[in-house]
Amino acid sequence: MRGLKNSLPDMRFLRVFLLIFGVALVSACGNAVGPDGINDPFEASNRRVHDFNRAVDRAFLGPVSKGYGSAIPKPVIRVVGNLAGTLDLPGDIANDLLQFRLADAAQNTLRLGVNLTMGVGGIFDASTALGLPAKPTDFGETLHVWGASEGPYLELPFAGPSTLRDATGTVVDFAMNPLRLALPPKEAMAATALKLFSRIGDRDRYSETVESILYDSADSYAQARLLYLQNRRFTLSRGATTGTEDDYIDPYEDPYAE
Amino acid sequence: MPNDSALSRRDFALALTGGLALAVLPHGAAALTEDSAKALVDKTVASINDIINSGKSESAMLVDFEKLFARYADVAAIARSVLGTAARSASDGQMSAYTKAFQGYISRKYGRRFREFIGGRIEVAEAKAVKSFYEVISTAYLQGEAPFEVRWHVSDKSGKDLFFNIIIEGVNMLASERTEMGALLDQRGGDLDTLIADLKSL
Repeated sequence: MRGLKNSLPDMRFLRVFLLIFGVALVSACGNAVGPDGINDPFEASNRRVHDFNRAVDRAFLGPVSKGYGSAIPKPVIRVVGNLAGTLDLPGDIANDLLQFRLADAAQNTLRLGVNLTMGVGGIFDASTALGLPAKPTDFGETLHVWGASEGPYLELPFAGPSTLRDATGTVVDFAMNPLRLALPPKEAMAATALKLFSRIGDRDRYSETVESILYDSADSYAQARLLYLQNRRFTLSRGATTGTEDDYIDPYEDPYAE
Repeated sequence: MPNDSALSRRDFALALTGGLALAVLPHGAAALTEDSAKALVDKTVASINDIINSGKSESAMLVDFEKLFARYADVAAIARSVLGTAARSASDGQMSAYTKAFQGYISRKYGRRFREFIGGRIEVAEAKAVKSFYEVISTAYLQGEAPFEVRWHVSDKSGKDLFFNIIIEGVNMLASERTEMGALLDQRGGDLDTLIADLKSL
């Protein structure tokens, strides 16, 4: 009995020690990207956000986009997309400059000029027709160019899959958007509304893909996370390999193969 | 003694063909080159277009997609890789049943999306050697979409030139299906036989 009594404070000490050590261990792991190239220390809370996003899509975004897609004529949907794309251009150009990508800045500036003139104020995407395709970018990419690491994976309410770096980029893009800063409040609101409708149009246009991920996969959270990270890394690597093991999976040298 | 007879049948087949096959295979005429890897992708894309333009019903097209997949893809290698660690403890019987079920599952899953391909084309640009296989880089032009990159990984390790992975704008079929199959297996408490049975209706 004496031995047990004596050992109790020690046990408590051990638990506190393990707790602190454990937290340190978890945060250390949080910074390490696993062999699968996924760094997701906030998986539990991310999954809760994912369930929320899925519920929002099922109850609201999905049906609304379906209604939008069938009620609004295709050319109008395209015009909304074109306008939203043109409204993004000032922000794209600013980011191109911050990334020291002068050719991209020039291309997007030219796109802005062509779409505002020949494209009648951005109603038509005249640039793409002329062989000047869209070159969208964002502050998340700027941070990447500046050498910021991807950081942990995050699923954001309403906005969906992201990373710490991309989420920071989204906030900065919203706060520093040159268009929003230049426009009077009412026009800025109209621009935001236009962007929202453009997103709803995209949800309808890619409904097969979105629904196969959200509702047909066995683990929609893991599937959305993988697709986002792979596609995002591909975009940021600009044609080079992303440097993760997934680039060149060789099933013939699979350690599990016989 | 089923084991004995299986063994002797294999021995008999080996004796009959083994020596010849071993002598021919390493320097076989079917050795993978840049051109043959590209040719495989060209043939695959042409066959996809043929199926889409055949005017058949969707269910008939899905049957054709499965045949295409069995012909141009290394289904056994894909199926095994996608199953991951669970493939290690599976019996030969389970693996062959699983591979067969997987072939139907993957053909239906990707075949159902054929509408997105209507009126589209894929242009094969280049092939390059990577690790022990070839990577064929192509560009897909789908109606109303900006062109996007599709990479095909082709190997001759099966004895024939076959593709085993498709990467669309960085999104990797093997990685994606590994995640999916892992989740499907988890949902079934790791029971491979239940997974095999369920794959047939997925």
